[in-house]
Amino acid sequence: MAATSLLIDNFESGLSAPICLTWELTYACNLQCVHCLSSSGRRDPRELSTREWMSFIDDLRAIQVFYVNIGGGEPTLRPDFWDLVSHAVGNGVGVKFSTNGSRLTAERASWLAVSDYIDVQISLDGATADVNDRVRGEGSFRTAITALENLAHAGFRDPKVSVVMTRENIHQLDDFKELADRYGATLRLTRLRPSGRGVDVWDTLHPTPDQQRELHAWLVAAGSSVMTGDSFFHLSALGTALDGLNMCGAGRVVCLVDPVGDVYACPFAIHEQFRAGNLRDSDFPAIWRESPTFTHLREPSPAGACGSCSAFDVCRGGCMAAKFFTGLPMDGPDPECVRGHGLGTAGPRPAPTVDHTRQRQVFIPLPDIPLRPCHESPVA
Amino acid sequence: MSTEVDRSGHLMLAPSVAMRPEGFGALLYDFHTRRLTFIKDSDLATLVSCLDGHSTLESARLRSGVPEHRASEMLQALANLEARGTLVRTARDA
Repeated sequence: MAATSLLIDNFESGLSAPICLTWELTYACNLQCVHCLSSSGRRDPRELSTREWMSFIDDLRAIQVFYVNIGGGEPTLRPDFWDLVSHAVGNGVGVKFSTNGSRLTAERASWLAVSDYIDVQISLDGATADVNDRVRGEGSFRTAITALENLAHAGFRDPKVSVVMTRENIHQLDDFKELADRYGATLRLTRLRPSGRGVDVWDTLHPTPDQQRELHAWLVAAGSSVMTGDSFFHLSALGTALDGLNMCGAGRVVCLVDPVGDVYACPFAIHEQFRAGNLRDSDFPAIWRESPTFTHLREPSPAGACGSCSAFDVCRGGCMAAKFFTGLPMDGPDPECVRGHGLGTAGPRPAPTVDHTRQRQVFIPLPDIPLRPCHESPVA
Repeated sequence: MSTEVDRSGHLMLAPSVAMRPEGFGALLYDFHTRRLTFIKDSDLATLVSCLDGHSTLESARLRSGVPEHRASEMLQALANLEARGTLVRTARDA
């Protein structure tokens, strides 16, 4: 077996089926997080029926997708959610689902505890209620903690606590670890993206260069005890490469299926530009294998402006979606390029093509968070 | 392949592990540990797919078509997979 780095060349041309398939089951959500990747809120009347999703699961089984990551919206709001989960695990397709915890009652936790094939991920964006609720909404911290308590009491093994790292919570890294440990959970940290409503808060919430260095050092020290979904590969350019796949997996290793059956290149790219097809027009295996969008993503991509950078081999230009939604060229550096190359060259930001927001919130950044240009850019 | 290894039982994929062929070899997923394993060697992938828990490693190798000169290398790779819990050993045949 070879080290992961040697597999990159194989991954670039795509796999027979995705490793990591995110399935957003509904756009309905009882929260309105300011950074929601899918701009969720209202259910979409065109959402696929139970029967259509069951047939989708059968297709996943046929091409041996090992597991799906179900999210939304809040997936547990769909009345057929638990039946779909049962159908998937009953057919050898494992389920990981992301939830705000509002439907994880003691009874439901006991049901989950007896299945080997279900993993639960509770979203939490602050280690304290004040930090969390500013982003996720009033009362959402308490809801998530209650869900973790219910899972722990039921004996559910190793749930995940999933945190999006922001300018306002990076100082809580150790607190997040302690919180996860307290409930027998594994901490999973992911990167804030300017996708969905995330673009509204990107400028005020994405980590400062100092915080990026702090996060990188913390992740290196934490090693495999903390999960990241391989989302911080742009930080590998700071020195020590992080564990996992240090490349963009969009359309090669990952993809997203949205509630109306649209298939996109990755969970951070819900935009017409990255739409590969729809499950009502074509089955999933055909879209994965043959869609021109995916075929294009699997072709070798030019290094562009990053070609002359000594860090290119470890960061590979960063996140496609982060560049796209901040108006940066796709063959140039990531907006959070740790060498400071991602600044000052952006064009207009693309208008969203999908939005189910119920009510747009105004997010007011904390006054004590530094926002002067010198904190944004090491070269300012 | 070593008959000493054969006598201690026969290898097969752990019941919690699923395997899928890929262009570079195979991808395996353990539903218990939720861990992915990559086999980046087509010969090894074919050999693992021929392990059925009751035939000897030598007969599995012959069925898989893996050339004899790679036998000791394969044995080491199988031991690594066993150490990871990807492969398990069934009880010795009577």
